[in-house]
Amino acid sequence: MAAVELRGVRKSYGSGKNALEVIHGIDCSVADGEFIVLVGPSGCGKSTLLRMMAGLEEISAGEIAIGGRVVNQLEPKDRDVAMVFQNYALYPHMSVRENMAYGLKIRGVAAAEIATRVERAAAMLELAPYLDRRPRELSGGQRQRVAMGRAIVRNPQVFLFDEPLSNLDAKLRVQTRMELQKLHREFNTTSLYVTHDQVEAMTLGQRLIVMNAGVAEQIGAPMEVYAKPASTFVAGFIGSPAMNLLRGEAQGDRFVTTATSAAIALATPAPPLSIHLPVPAPRDGPLVLGLRPEHLVPASAGAARFGFAVEMVESLGADSYAYGLGGGGTLIARVAAGTVPVVDEVLPLTFAAQHMHWFDAANGKRVA
Amino acid sequence: MVENRPGLNFFSHALLIIGVAVVAFPVYLTFVASTLTADQVLDAPMRLWPGSHLLENYAHVLQKGAGGAAPLSRLLFNSLISALVIAIGKIAISIISAYAIVYFRFPGRMFCFWLIFLTLMLPVEVRILPTYKVVADMGFLDSYVGLTLPLIASATATFLFRQFFLTIPDELLEAARIDGAGPLRFFWDVVLPLSVTNIAALFVILFIYGWNQYLWPLLITTQENMYTAVIGMRRMMSGGDAATEWNLVMTTAMLTMLPPAIVVILMQRWFVKGLVDSEK
Ligand SMILES: Nc1ncnc2c1ncn2[C@@H]1O[C@H](COP(=O)(O)OP(=O)(O)OP(=O)(O)O)[C@@H](O)[C@H]1O
Ligand SMILES: [Mg+2]
Repeated sequence: MAAVELRGVRKSYGSGKNALEVIHGIDCSVADGEFIVLVGPSGCGKSTLLRMMAGLEEISAGEIAIGGRVVNQLEPKDRDVAMVFQNYALYPHMSVRENMAYGLKIRGVAAAEIATRVERAAAMLELAPYLDRRPRELSGGQRQRVAMGRAIVRNPQVFLFDEPLSNLDAKLRVQTRMELQKLHREFNTTSLYVTHDQVEAMTLGQRLIVMNAGVAEQIGAPMEVYAKPASTFVAGFIGSPAMNLLRGEAQGDRFVTTATSAAIALATPAPPLSIHLPVPAPRDGPLVLGLRPEHLVPASAGAARFGFAVEMVESLGADSYAYGLGGGGTLIARVAAGTVPVVDEVLPLTFAAQHMHWFDAANGKRVA
Repeated sequence: MVENRPGLNFFSHALLIIGVAVVAFPVYLTFVASTLTADQVLDAPMRLWPGSHLLENYAHVLQKGAGGAAPLSRLLFNSLISALVIAIGKIAISIISAYAIVYFRFPGRMFCFWLIFLTLMLPVEVRILPTYKVVADMGFLDSYVGLTLPLIASATATFLFRQFFLTIPDELLEAARIDGAGPLRFFWDVVLPLSVTNIAALFVILFIYGWNQYLWPLLITTQENMYTAVIGMRRMMSGGDAATEWNLVMTTAMLTMLPPAIVVILMQRWFVKGLVDSEK
């Protein structure tokens, strides 16, 4: 087990004037035994960052240290990390047992020791009946467990996971997610886990690194990222459905939203929103107001802050999401199951002052 | 498309039987001729059922040869050595060069690849004179080295292995690197086992290729005991004054056909597997 340090890590592909930088300097300290989730949209550089830690990609600039030792120049095998790949990358011609034992065999671990470690991992992952099968004779979920078993038997300092659950069906994913949590509680090995699924991110991570276009937008505990997103990108990415973002202008002690289009401006049920700015005012000029769908609550006509013209309703059982126009823009609001709104209804809505998120309209950074 | 029409069934079976007969009949004739005496072969028409000289002819050809050629056992041995060395040598060299081209980034990698690829356009027959000159100058005439070495460098096999290696997922290499396998280890433990069916298929093809070589052994060998079976057979059809002992020539043909047939039959399962599916 070991702490992992990223210091100004950058990655560019190509060289000279064709160089294309895809990771723009990431700093992060991962504590010993911590479970960190790298989350972000497709192509933002999550895999690249993980592969740099594994030693599969060169580090263009900056430093990565594992257990206090800078590993930039070390071969993957000398970094003492284990990786679980998205497509599992099991050796097709080896049995499950051989797949799990291979890394140990190369390291010259004694045969008896290999056997006990493989048996133990197999028992834990419920793979014991399949030890003599080839990977292609296993189901997707079983292959996934073999890939985890291969990582576990090595007993490495760091686990690296690259979207290990994305090839599983929804039910199996939930189940495997819980097994992963159990495994981490048991071994307490430092883990870095890449996903673009925010539910996985929220449930697995002790801390998240939310990435966007090669930049770490925010690093923090899941609830902290949810409660105080550092930018409009994080606000839109973490939380489902995404946070509502209303553009507007701070005028004196009031904030007035700007209609996002002429059609919305003319739509009578959804006039621009005008509210008192909190004191002290976050700043003058253009701002973005963020409101989570779950924080928009129905109010009596007198107490309502704005009207919400429902255009579409999605019922998910426990609650429903209403899509429509309000406050000068398109909004999503969560409504309790008992009060399913009807289309074309105008709902009076309000929200509490502590649930307002303020962002700079120019660079998207959080201001309050 | 699977229809059951008796007329069509009859027709297609008849066609297939005719096809088999056309292919098999000459082989049968050869076999019959190899069991007759020289005079019986020359009877017109030749009889169509086997005679009684089978063992005698085969023993004679194997031990003494015919038409002044060395004993066929010696020629078969030469052929076997050439075919094995050519097949194994080609596979060994091409699998290693394909491994280098696919898995290593070195300066001039693509240049090497194209160089190998270009030689596809230069089969032995095209470069036969310069190759002969080189082999002669190096003193390899009438030797196994001369018989095999010039035929070993093989672009086809390199190309096939390259295509196969490209289908092995990169993640397998990465997993092996993290597991601690170096390049040789990865080759030995992963690439080679995954290639066995391809190797088997290539072995069959190349063994037959080596066995059937005619022009090159003809040029490179001048001593009777370095001839291959195929050349030896040609030598038995002497022409000139001496009468060709056709029964012995046919015996030689039967014996010469045998080893490639055995290789195909023994390796058939692997051969088909290698051509049809690649283990995922
Ligand atoms: N070998 C390469 N050469 C050039 N650019 C590359 C190379 N590999 C990746 N990239 C670029 O780097 C960026 C990050 O890729 P990466 O695979 O890390 O994305 P990701 O966050 O893992 O996405 P996903 O969720 O789809 O897996 C992408 O824009 C990609 O186009
Ligand atoms: Mg990825």
